[in-house]
Amino acid sequence: MHTIDIDMKELTKVEGSAGLSVRVRDDKVTEVHFEITEYKRFFTEALKGKSIGAVPAHLARICGTCSNAHIMAAIEACERALGIEPSEQTKLLRVLTMHGLIIRDHALHLYLFSLPDLYGKDAFLDFDENDPVQHELLHDGFDVKGAGNFLATLVAGRSVHATYPTIGGFLHFPDAAGIQTALQKLRAVRPAALRLIETFRNAPFHLESQMNYMALVPDGSYGYIGGKIMTSRGESYGEGAFRDHLERVVLPYSQASAYSYRGERYLVGALARMNLAKGKLHPATTAALGDTLNLFPSIDIFHNNLAQAVEILHSIDEAIDILERTPFAPEPLVKAPAREGVGVGVVEAPRGTLYHKVVVGADGLVCEGEVVVPTGQNQMNIECDVGRLVEAELAKDTPQEKIELEIEKLIRAYDPCMSCAAHFLKVDWKKE
Amino acid sequence: MEARPKIKIGWFTFSCCEDNTIVMTEVMNDHWQEWKETFDFRHARVLKSKNVMDEFDIAFIEGAIASPEHERKLTEIRARSKKLIAVGACAVLGLPAGQRNTFTPEQNASIQFLLDRFGALPKVAKVADIVPVDGEIPGCPMDPKVFLDKVNALVAEFRGATAQQ
Repeated sequence: MHTIDIDMKELTKVEGSAGLSVRVRDDKVTEVHFEITEYKRFFTEALKGKSIGAVPAHLARICGTCSNAHIMAAIEACERALGIEPSEQTKLLRVLTMHGLIIRDHALHLYLFSLPDLYGKDAFLDFDENDPVQHELLHDGFDVKGAGNFLATLVAGRSVHATYPTIGGFLHFPDAAGIQTALQKLRAVRPAALRLIETFRNAPFHLESQMNYMALVPDGSYGYIGGKIMTSRGESYGEGAFRDHLERVVLPYSQASAYSYRGERYLVGALARMNLAKGKLHPATTAALGDTLNLFPSIDIFHNNLAQAVEILHSIDEAIDILERTPFAPEPLVKAPAREGVGVGVVEAPRGTLYHKVVVGADGLVCEGEVVVPTGQNQMNIECDVGRLVEAELAKDTPQEKIELEIEKLIRAYDPCMSCAAHFLKVDWKKE
Repeated sequence: MEARPKIKIGWFTFSCCEDNTIVMTEVMNDHWQEWKETFDFRHARVLKSKNVMDEFDIAFIEGAIASPEHERKLTEIRARSKKLIAVGACAVLGLPAGQRNTFTPEQNASIQFLLDRFGALPKVAKVADIVPVDGEIPGCPMDPKVFLDKVNALVAEFRGATAQQ
C-alpha cells in the first residue's frame, strides 16, 4: 500500500508559475491541488474608472502569450457595449490576427514544451542536429513559430500586445509586399505542420477521461471568433449568457479560481474545439488529414496536442486562403458616442474559451469588468486527471520521480496559462 | 583550437504577463543556432526542466517583485550573477504588475485580504528597488531589436574578457 506526498513546487515548460501537491493514502489519492502561484495583478479592479478606449490594451497585459486573444475579446466587449458593428474587412483582419496567434502559440507549446517529452529530452534546444529527424524538427519548430509571428506582426502590428487592432477597426492595414512574404512563409511551413500532426498522432501518451467539453463554434468555418457556445451535451447558447451557465469555484490554495458548468467539470481548448467542430475545418486541411480526423471526438486528453497541431494546419490553410483572395484597403474606424452599456466579448484563445465583460457608464468610463480565462475552466479537469494518473501509476509500482514526470506531461497536454489565470480580484471565498 | 566556454544564462520571471519571455522565444526563431553554440541556459523554466541555480554570467529578470519570496530569490540570483539585466516594464518600472500601488483606500481595502492570504508585499517593487542592476531593457513588451543589441553587446563584452584572460 502506498502512502506518499508529492510536492512539485515549480512546474516547468508551461506558461507562468504553478505548483502541484498530491496526497496519497493507502493507494488512494485523497487530495490534488493544482496551485497557481502567480501573484495577482488585479486587472479587473484597475479597470474601474478607465476610459473604454483604454480597455483592450489594458486587458492585453493580463497575459503575454495570449495577449492578442485578450485584445480581440476586449474589443468585442467594448464594441457591444457601445453598439458598434465592425466592417467585414475588420472581421477578416481579426480572423487573421487569431490565426497568427494560434500558429505561433500552439507551435511554442508543441515544439518547445511538449516535444522534448516525446524524445526523452530536457529541452527542445537539446535536440541532436546530427539526427536527421531531430534536426528537421528543430528547424520546423522555429520556422512554424516564425511564420505565425510574421502573420501576427503583419496584420496586428505585434504578436505580443498588438498595436493595430482597436475599437471600431484597425489602425494599419497589410501591404502587398507583406502579404506576399506572409504567403511565402505560410506555404513554406505547411509540410512542417503535416509532420507535426503525424508526430503527435503517433505519440505514445494517452489518458482517457470522461468529460464534458465546451467551445465557441463559429457559424461559418472552423475558427476562434463569433458564433455560439456549444457543449458536448448538444446544448448551445449565445455569448452574452455565459454567466448563466458557468459557476465560479473557490480554491483557497490557489491565486486563481476554477469554474464548473452546471456543477460539473468541463474541458475547453483545442480538443474541445475539434470534438465540436471538426467538420468545419478548411477543405485543404480536411483533405490532408485523412483518417486522422476519425480520432475525433476524443476523450484522450493527450489528443489536445494533436488537436493543436491540426489547428496549426487549419490556420495556415485559412490564412493563405484569406490573404490570396482579399484586397485590403485603408478604412476609417467605426465610431459611436459614449453610452451606458454592457458588452460581452468571447473568443477561442489558443487554450480555450475566453470571456470578457465590460460595464461602461454614460461618461465612457468603465464601472466594472470581468474576465474568465481557459485555464480556470480546465482546473477541475486537471486535478481530477492528475489524481487518476497517480493512482494508475502507483498500481504499476512506478517510482515517484517517474510519476512526477508523467504528471508534468499530463499538465503540459492541458497547456495551462498561469499568467491568465491569476489576474482576478473577485474571489468569493470565506476569509479565515 | 579549444572551444570557448559557453556564456551561462539565467532567465527568471517574477510578477508579470511573461510577454518578454515570448519575445525572447520569438527572437530565438532567427538566432537559435548561434545561441545554441554561445549560451548555456542554466536556468530558464520556460525552456527546460533540469534548471541549475549555481552561477550565471548574465541573469535576465522579467517581472516585478510582489512577495518576500520574490525578494529572497532575486537577492540570491544577484549574488550568483556577474551581470543582471532587468527586462520589460514590470521589471524596470514595476508596472503594470504593481498597479495596486496606486489604488484608492477603498480599492486597497477590498484586496487586502488577498494580499494577506498569499503573503504579498505591501507595495510591488521594481527590480532596482531590491538589487543593483547592470542594465535595463524597457518596453511592454521589450523591443526585440533592443533586446538583441543588448545581448550582442554583452556577448562581445564576455568574449572580450575571455580573450584577455
